[in-house]
Amino acid sequence: MRPNASSARLMLGALPALPTVCALVGTLLLFWLFLLLQGAPALEAIGLIFQGAFGSSFAWQSTLLRASPLMLTALCVALPAQVGLIVIGGEGALALGGLAAAVVPQCLPAGTPWLIATPLMAVAGMLAGGIWIGAIGALRQWRGVNETISSLLMSYIAIALFKHLVEGPLRDPASLNKPSTLPVPDAMTIGSLPGLEVHWGLLWGVLACIAAWVFVRHSTKGFAMRVVGGSNRAARLVGLPVGMLALAACSMGGAAAGLAGMFEVAAVQGSANASLLAGYGYSGILVAFAARQNPLAVVLCAVLIGGIEASGSLLQRRLDLPDATTLVLQGLLFANLLAWEALGGRIVAWRVKLQALAVTEVPVQLQKTHA
Amino acid sequence: MPDMHSPVVILLLSLLAGAIRVSTPYLFVSLGECLTEKGGRVNLGLEGILVSGAMSGYAASYLTGSPWLGVLAAGIVGLMFGCLHGLVCSLPRVSDIAFGIALMLLGTGLAFYLGKPFIQPQAPMLPSIDLGSWAVSPQLHNALHINPLFVIGIVLAFLLQWGLRSTRWGMTLRLVGDHAETARAMGYPLTRIRIAATAIGGFFAGVGGAYLSLVYPGSWNEGLSSGQGLMAVALVIFARWQPLRCLYAALLFGAAGALGPALQGIGVTSGYYLYNAAPYVLTLVIMIINCRPDRTLAGAPGELSLTR
Repeated sequence: MRPNASSARLMLGALPALPTVCALVGTLLLFWLFLLLQGAPALEAIGLIFQGAFGSSFAWQSTLLRASPLMLTALCVALPAQVGLIVIGGEGALALGGLAAAVVPQCLPAGTPWLIATPLMAVAGMLAGGIWIGAIGALRQWRGVNETISSLLMSYIAIALFKHLVEGPLRDPASLNKPSTLPVPDAMTIGSLPGLEVHWGLLWGVLACIAAWVFVRHSTKGFAMRVVGGSNRAARLVGLPVGMLALAACSMGGAAAGLAGMFEVAAVQGSANASLLAGYGYSGILVAFAARQNPLAVVLCAVLIGGIEASGSLLQRRLDLPDATTLVLQGLLFANLLAWEALGGRIVAWRVKLQALAVTEVPVQLQKTHA
Repeated sequence: MPDMHSPVVILLLSLLAGAIRVSTPYLFVSLGECLTEKGGRVNLGLEGILVSGAMSGYAASYLTGSPWLGVLAAGIVGLMFGCLHGLVCSLPRVSDIAFGIALMLLGTGLAFYLGKPFIQPQAPMLPSIDLGSWAVSPQLHNALHINPLFVIGIVLAFLLQWGLRSTRWGMTLRLVGDHAETARAMGYPLTRIRIAATAIGGFFAGVGGAYLSLVYPGSWNEGLSSGQGLMAVALVIFARWQPLRCLYAALLFGAAGALGPALQGIGVTSGYYLYNAAPYVLTLVIMIINCRPDRTLAGAPGELSLTR
C-alpha cells in the first residue's frame, strides 16, 4: 500500500530521526539480551535505569548535576567536529581548567568580592582548556599530527600534570587523605540555581550550547567552519583561513571543557582534587556523537547520558549489578549510533520518494522517469 | 667492568629490564594495528580489545588452570571484537575512527562488568624462561627473565615482515590498503580481506592484553591498561608501517614506560607522575617530528583515513 500525501509528509518529518530511534531501540534490545545472558533481571534493570535517571525529583537532580559538565565537555567534541576534526581529549582540558580556576583565589587578595573573583576563575579555566585543545588544532594544521591520537595523548599528559601539581607543589598541607589544592573560599563558591539543588553551571552549560549553535548555524565564521569541515580543499580554494578556523574551533571547544572544570571546582568539589577526573570528558564524546555534533541537540543528549550515569548507583543498590553496567550501556549506545548511520544512504533515497509523494499524488514510477 | 652498584648502571639495567618486560603488549598491539592498517583501516578500538583481552585471559586462566588457554581465550575475544569492527566499518557511511572510539568504550565497559568477580582470585601466571643465570649482578639476572610471549612476539614481527613482503597474501593485503580501486579491478574481495585483517589484528591485541594480566603487572584490575592500545597506533606511525620497526619502537616505548619505576628504584621519588607520562610525551614528540601537513608519510598505506 502506498502512503497518501499527508502521511508521506509526516514520515518525511520523522525521517531524520530514524537512525537515532533505531539506535536507541537496538541498544535497549542488546542491553536486555546482555543482562538476560548474565541471568540478571533484565526488564527490571531497564526500568530502574529510567527510574534512577528521571523517576523522582532526586533522580532529576543528580541527572542534571551530571548533565551540566557533560554539555560543556560535549562542546569540546562538537565544535572541533565542525571543522572536521575528531578531538577526544576533553578530560585533560577539564582537569587543567579546574586546576587553573582553583589557583585563582590564592592569587587574589582576601575579601575580593565574588563578582570579580568568579569571572576571573572562569576566564582562567577557559584559557587553560582553550590553550590545551587549541594546541592540538595547531599541531594538526601546521604539523599534520592526527588530532584524535594527539588529543588523547595530551589528555593523559594533562592528567599526569594535574596529579603532579595537586599532590606536589599546589597541595594543601591540610588535605591528608585526599590530596587537594587549597579550598576555594566560601564567598567565591558557586551556589545553586533558585529553587533547585543544581548549581549555576547547568544554566551556563545550556547558554553555552545555545551560543555555540547560533555561532555555528547563523554566523559567517561558523559557516566558514562548516565549509572547512565539509571539504578542506574547497575551503582553501575559496580562500578561507583554514588553519585559523581550525585553531579557533579547537580553542572554543577547549574553553568549554575548561569551564566545565571550573564549575566542578567552584560549585561541586570546592577544590581541585582527583574527584575531578570522573570521566566527564570521555562521556562528552558520546554525548556529542549522539547529538550528531549539533550543539543544540547536545543539551538533550547530555541530559540523557547524564541520566544513564546517574542511574548507576540505583542499579548497584537494588540489583547488585556492577558499577560498569552503565558503561556497557553507553558503549552499546555509542556503537549502535554509529552503526545505524549506515541507513543514511537509504534515507536519502526514501526522502526523494516521500517528497514526490508529499507534493503530488503522482505515482512514484512517473516521477522517476521525469528525473 | 663498570661498577655494578652505581646508580647510572642500575638505572640503565632497570630500563633494559623494563624494555623487555613492558614492551610486549606494545609489540602485540602494534603488530595487530600494523596488519589492520596495511589493509587500509584504522582500529582505535584496540585499547578496548587490550583491556577485554586482559580480563578474558585472566578469567580463562583462573577457570581452566592453564595460562596458555587464557592467552588463547584472550586472542579469541580480540578476534571477535576485531571482526565486529571490520563488519560494522564495512557498512556504508560508518567512520572507522569513530567506531574505534565506540569500541574502546564498549570493550572496557564489558571487561569491567564481566571482570568484577575476577579481581580478587589469583589466576595461574605464565611462567618465564630464566636466561640470566650466568649473570653476576642480580639486576641483570632479573632483567633476563624472558617470557615466552615476548619471544613469540619477536618471531611474529619477523614473520609478518617477511609475509607482507614476499607472500601472495601479504602482497594482496598491501594492494587492498594502498589502492582499493586496483584491488577491486583485479577481482580481490576487498571487504572480506579488510575484515580478516582487522580480525587478526584484534587477535594480536587480545594476546597483548593477556600479557598484561598474566605476566606483567600480572593481575586483573580496572586500572590495568593506561592507554597502551592507543599509543600502539602512534607507534605504528612511528614505525612507518614496518613490523620489524614496530619491534624496535615497542622496545623504546617499553623503556620509556619503565622510566618512572626505574627512577624510583634509585631514589628519585619526586615528579613520579611526570616520569610516568614519559611514553605519552615520547609518542607526541615523535608524531610532531615525523608528520608533515603537506604530504602523507612515506610508507603509509594509500587508503588510510588516519593520514589523509
